[in-house]
Formats: sequence, structure tokens, C-alpha cells
Amino acid sequence: MKGDYLILLLLALVAFILPLILPGDYYVEVFLFMGINVLVALGLSLLMGYAGQISLGHAGFYGLGAYISGALTAHLGWPVPLAATVAILATALVAAAVGWPTLRLKGHYLAMATLGLGIILYILFVQLRGVTGGASGLSGIQPVHVGHYYLDTPRRYCYLVWSLVVLAFFFSINLVRSRTGLALKALHYSEVAAATLGIDVARYKLQVFVFSCVLAALGGVLYAHYITFISPETFGFMYSIKLVVMIVLGGMYSLWGALLGGAFLSLLPEVLHRLEDMEVVVHGLILLLVLIFLPGGLVGLIQKIGERIRGSS
Amino acid sequence: MVVLEASDVRKSFGGVKALKGVDVTVQEGTITALIGPNGSGKTTLFNLLSGVLPMDRGQITFLGHEIGHWPAHKRAALGMARTFQNLQIFQEMTVLENIMAGGFRHTTSGFLAGGFSLPRVRGEMKSLREKAMVLASDLDLTPYLHKHAGELPFGIQRKVEIARALALEPRLLLLDEPAAGLTTKETLALGRFIHGLKEKGITVFLVEHDMDLVMGISDWVIVLNFGQKIYEGTPLAVKRERAVIKAYLGERRAKG
Amino acid sequence: MAQLIQYIFAGLTMGVIYALTGVGFNLIYNATGVINFAQGEFVMLGAMFLYTLQEVLQWPPLLSLLLVFLLGGVVGVVFEYTVVKPLVRLGVITVIIGTIGASVVLKGGAMLVWGKNALAVEPLISEKPMAFLGASLNTQVLVVLAVTALAVAVFWYFFGFTILGKAIQACSVNPLAARLTGIPVERMITLSFFLSGAFSALAGGLIAPITLAEYDMGTMLALKGFCAAIIGGLGNNPGAMIGGLLLGVMEGLSAGYLSSGYKDALAFLVLILVLFWRPEGLITRGKGERV
Repeated sequence: MKGDYLILLLLALVAFILPLILPGDYYVEVFLFMGINVLVALGLSLLMGYAGQISLGHAGFYGLGAYISGALTAHLGWPVPLAATVAILATALVAAAVGWPTLRLKGHYLAMATLGLGIILYILFVQLRGVTGGASGLSGIQPVHVGHYYLDTPRRYCYLVWSLVVLAFFFSINLVRSRTGLALKALHYSEVAAATLGIDVARYKLQVFVFSCVLAALGGVLYAHYITFISPETFGFMYSIKLVVMIVLGGMYSLWGALLGGAFLSLLPEVLHRLEDMEVVVHGLILLLVLIFLPGGLVGLIQKIGERIRGSS
Repeated sequence: MVVLEASDVRKSFGGVKALKGVDVTVQEGTITALIGPNGSGKTTLFNLLSGVLPMDRGQITFLGHEIGHWPAHKRAALGMARTFQNLQIFQEMTVLENIMAGGFRHTTSGFLAGGFSLPRVRGEMKSLREKAMVLASDLDLTPYLHKHAGELPFGIQRKVEIARALALEPRLLLLDEPAAGLTTKETLALGRFIHGLKEKGITVFLVEHDMDLVMGISDWVIVLNFGQKIYEGTPLAVKRERAVIKAYLGERRAKG
Repeated sequence: MAQLIQYIFAGLTMGVIYALTGVGFNLIYNATGVINFAQGEFVMLGAMFLYTLQEVLQWPPLLSLLLVFLLGGVVGVVFEYTVVKPLVRLGVITVIIGTIGASVVLKGGAMLVWGKNALAVEPLISEKPMAFLGASLNTQVLVVLAVTALAVAVFWYFFGFTILGKAIQACSVNPLAARLTGIPVERMITLSFFLSGAFSALAGGLIAPITLAEYDMGTMLALKGFCAAIIGGLGNNPGAMIGGLLLGVMEGLSAGYLSSGYKDALAFLVLILVLFWRPEGLITRGKGERV
């Protein structure tokens, strides 16, 4: 229990030191994008591990955050914080509109609905040329700055991203230890029993789904204002799948699974440069093999090893 | 005072009429038992009363509220708790967490308060934990507090479920076959425990097959057969009633 | 008028594909309670198999289509044994994620085997488009409709009048009771997977000459097949068939009169609206919900 806060402190330390010691901007940038992946994955982890629901459209929510915030600064010259807030609120609204009808039902309708929404959002990113720049992308997105201090180097931006990651973990750890976390855990194991204890099952599922989409949108906002140019491929179906792979690989039943899985999949393409076409198959295979042979994911593996060491000493 | 009153409750599954217009009344501070042969509609009635299944027709009044079409969680929030015949325990949660979840209706903090871990949140979770510990000790569950509920023996799981329901601090407690699968010794202890609940002022409505248990603790017994109420009365009267014997033992034995 | 007929026929053609895919969803859902996210990939594989048999190996079209049906069934059974069975004890959410994993593997695998380009498949009857009430119709449309009608008839006969078909239905209604009456439930589940794979692959084989065969065609077809199943009420096969046709015609009309760019959004909108207003489907027969 207390261990979570200790790990978080450790994470904050690492996130503070790494950008200082990494050899060169390229590696800092890899670490930066890892932070964004972890942030988005964390939201999905809450949804999957606690509410027992899957979203196959998180890339769409990620893109919604990026495009709305990006377009508001690029076309209308809005200040970044305002554009980001509007983007996140709008994404939350869209999420609620999809989640409300589907999460009231028993079973996994959310997965298919979000799959559909992800596809539609992708179509919109390509088709709404006036707003999104279509297939050739949206440029002219404003970078983040405080007065005249621009967060335009990888290192500076990295600190912004990872501060938010640490904050999001802090919030999520607290959340699962609160009344809401208790309700989510309960409904995961028996919706019927949860309801007879006074837990409004649909409401809690919706809350965590919307929160999970808010984190995705925040990730998108961070991505857009760093890269300052976005195009639809980033926000396609395969990214949604990649996020699911992160969670399953890292471990569905722990928030730290998002960290491990997110880190692993962010580094994988760096290690295996020739992956390209194979990447899709590799993701699918990781998903299947982990489910079958390592259902607790990397976190589960670490816990098992820890128990073994404690057991033998 | 009447805690629960259901009238003309009907439910069918496909073409099968499980309940054909049943009336039941539960008086405050009593133990009321619902008995009947398998398939007579007892569990279905409990599912309708607690809101787990939607009712086709009828009215249910609980503490003066017409709750017949309320969702289950609103009925629970009003003080109705239940257990399940086939156990609906949160298997991967610890015993402590299971019981704490039962106290859900006594907490209020919202999503954001929880995320920022405001003092209010920590306070209510602390009190939830403390109350759960007391309940666990009442039911001799203290040694299991930090074990996953799913790993425990059946009899213990039953107790966890009862503790969880009591954590709700119910005005009415619905027990669906609490003695099923228990040993004779455990059943006797259960009987004493249920009787103790009554003394604490909790109204109990239970479905049970163990006739010794039912006759020993109940103030009032309602008999269902084929989705209809065939008799109700004191345990003594029920024991003597021909129709009940017939329903249980069949036509021939009743005549002889 | 001629235009209207053309749109309707185009819609019906796609509609039967959605219908067959929807039935594929239902078969696995009824047997296991799992929504199979790899269903669209079964359809895609059907299209790819037909390409290989008919275009690469130059086998006769009808034989190829029959083999596609059988191969699809084999894919379904392999899928059951490699993905669903090992995961089913870990809970429904795990199985569903597993089917997502399988769908990604199949899609990526198809890309490696057949490449990224769309592949053309000759229609069964390569005649000129024929005129019907002033509209010009692709002859493959008629082939699709005819083969589907045949498949539906076989399907209907199988489930309505054979012991095997009734046994499968018994298993989905009440597996325990079915087991007690001596029905080999396991084998019936496997048969459901076979049929699910077979009908989906058939759909892929039928549609390949019209839309071309492409490795990433599955996701969209899965969404639309699922939509068909939801319109009909998940688990209800005649419902899924009507649902598919409805969705197809709606799509055909909206593509014709509104904009084809957004026609793919329609399935999603219909899906959300149906789940919102009538989650039990528009065409149900009061089937009990699975708890």
C-alpha cells in the first residue's frame, strides 16, 4: 500500500535525473515520447484493470486532444492552455456520449463502440481538410511557453511531460484507494453484488472511462504542442492496439503495468529498427503469448520473482 | 411497522411463469422466512425485491417508498442488503476489502476528492476500515482479513458475504439460503447469529431449506409453491398445515 | 428511379456480407458468450484464400468458393483451440483481448503473405453488367445474392430440422441441461466455431470480386457485421440477417445521396443509436439476457 507512493517517489527521481544524464537530445526525446505513451496507457489501465472494460478507440481520443488543441492554436491563435483545456473537455464530452449508452449494458459493448468511434475519428481527421489539414497533416501548432520562456527543447518539454505523468500516477493511486477505487474493484468482480451494495455500476464505469479518455486527450495535447505538426496516421487503429498491448504486457491488474508496458513498447522500435512491417504481428503475438503464459504481465512476473526471493531467504 | 410490502408481484421467463402474483409483508424487528420446494420462485422473489431482476408487474414498498422499479443500487442505498444463494463474493479482493465495500453507502466522496486524497476521503476510508474490522471480529473472520476471499473455504466465504451485507447497516437483510453447504455445527452457530441480529434491531427475511433452522428462529413463515403463496403463519401453524406438507412431500404422503 | 434501384442493389450486396459476418459473431457468442474481435479477419482471410485458389492456382471458381468455405471453417476451429480454449478459464475480458490479439496477428500475417496492395479477383460469372429496370447491375451482385440465399437456406434447414442444429441451439440456451441430456457440448462449440469461420470466409470470398481483397479490410467489416448482429439482437441469427440487409441498404442510399466519404460512419451511428434506444435489438423474440 505505502509501497505505491515509494515507487512514485522513485519514478519522480528517475524522471528528474534521466534527462540530465542521457547522452543527447535524441534519447531525451525517446524518453519524452515514452512519457506520453505511459500517460495514455495509465488511463487505459484504470479502465481495463479496474472497471474491466476495454477501449479500442483510445488512439481516437488521443487524436481528438491533439487535433482540437492543435487546430485552435494554429488556426485561431488561441493561447495553448486555453486550447488544451477546451480540447480535453470536448474529448470528455465525446467519451461520455459513447460511454453512456454502452456502459449501462452487460458485457463488452464499449469495446466495439470505441472501435467504431476510433475509425470514425480517423476518417474525420483525414476528411475535414479545412480544419485538420487532411492527409497531409496540420502544421503551425503553437509550442508551449510561459511568457517568453519556451518549452521547445526536448529536455524542457520532457520535464513538463513527466511532471504530468507523475501527477497522473499520484491521482490514480489515490483514486484506487478511495471510495471510487473500492467501487470499481467491486464491480469488476461482480456487477450484481456491487449493485446490491449501493454502487451505481454504470456511473462508476462511465466516470473511469471518461477519466481514461481525458488522460488520452492530455497525451494528445502534449504530443501536438511538442511536435507542432500532426498527421492522421499517428492516431490510427494500430495505436489503439499498441496501447492495449502496453497494458497487457505490463500487467493489467496494477497501475504500474502501464509504466512498464509503456516503457517497453516505446523502446522496442528503438532496439529493433528493422521491425517496420513485422511490428503489427509482433504486437499481436506479444498480446497472445502474455495472456496465455504470463497473465499478470511484467508486474506479475516481478511480484512472483520477489516472492520467490523472499521465500528462499 | 411494516418494513417491506410486496403485492401482486409477477415475473415470467420466456413462457414460464415463475411468480404468479405474490403478496408478502415483512414486519419490522422480525425474522421472516420464505420456504417452498425447489423452483417455487423463492430466489426469483428475492431477485425482484433487491432489484437484481426487473419485475413484470406488481408493487414493492420499502420503508414507505415505492421501489418496484428502482435500480438495485438505490434500494441498497435506502438500507436493503442481501446475500446470494450461489455466493457473489469479490473473489480477488481481500476479506477486509469485501466487507469495506459493504459499507459503501456510508461514504460520500467524489471522483476528484478521491484522486487528490483529501483528508475527508482518508477519514471516511479509515472509518470504513475500522467498522469492517469490528464486523470481521464479530463473525470470527479476523484471521482471514488480508486473504483473498476466493481462496477461502466455502463456509468462510458465506460468512464474508454476510459480514459484507451487514456492513451496509441494513434496515432489512435478505438472506438467500444462508445455511446451504454449511455443516450442522456451522448451521447452529448461524441460527444463533441471525437471532442476535434481530436483537440488534435488524429485520431479517430469509429463504432457507433447513427446516430446523427456519422453525427455530422465525417469527413468521411464508410458503411458496409453483410461484404462488400457499400459506403463511407462525412456524407452529405452518408445521401443521396440510397444504404445506403436501407441497413438500407430495400428495400421497399427506393423505396417509 | 434507375439510380435508386442501383443504390439499393449495391446496398443489398454489402448487406448480405454484413449479414453473414453478423451470423458469424452470433455463432461464437451463443456458444461461448464471447464477442470475437477477429471475426472481420475471418472475412478477410476468405477473400485472400479465394484470391490464392482462383487467381494464383487457377482453380475453377465454384470449387474455389467451396474450399474457401471449408478453409474458413478450419480457421475457426484452429482459432478456438489456439486462442479461446487456453484463455477461457481466465475470464471473458481476457478472451476478448485474446481475440483482439489474434485479429492483429492475422491481419499482420496477411500483410506479410499477400502484401499491402489490394488484389483483384475475377467475378464468378464475368458477363457485362446487365440492365434491370433501367439500372445497370454488376452480375456479381446476383451471384452474391444467390449464393447467400442458398447458404441461408442450408443454414435454416440445419438449425431448424436437423438433430445436430438443434443440439447446437440447446447448448447455447442451456449448456448444463444440454450436457445432462447427453449432448457433447464441447463438440457442439467446436462446430459453432467451424460454422462461424466458414460463413465469414464465404462472405469474404463473395465480396472479393466487388471490393478487392485487402489485408486490412477486416476491421471495418467486423464493425459492420457486429452492427448487423446488434440490430437483430445479439445472438439472434435471422435478426442478424435482416440487420445486415438493413444496414447495407442504408449505407447504399447514404453513399448515393449524401457522401461516400462518410458512409463508413453510418454503421457506427446506427450501432450507438440501437444500443441507446433498444440494446436488445430491433428484431428480437424476447430472448432472455445472459447474466
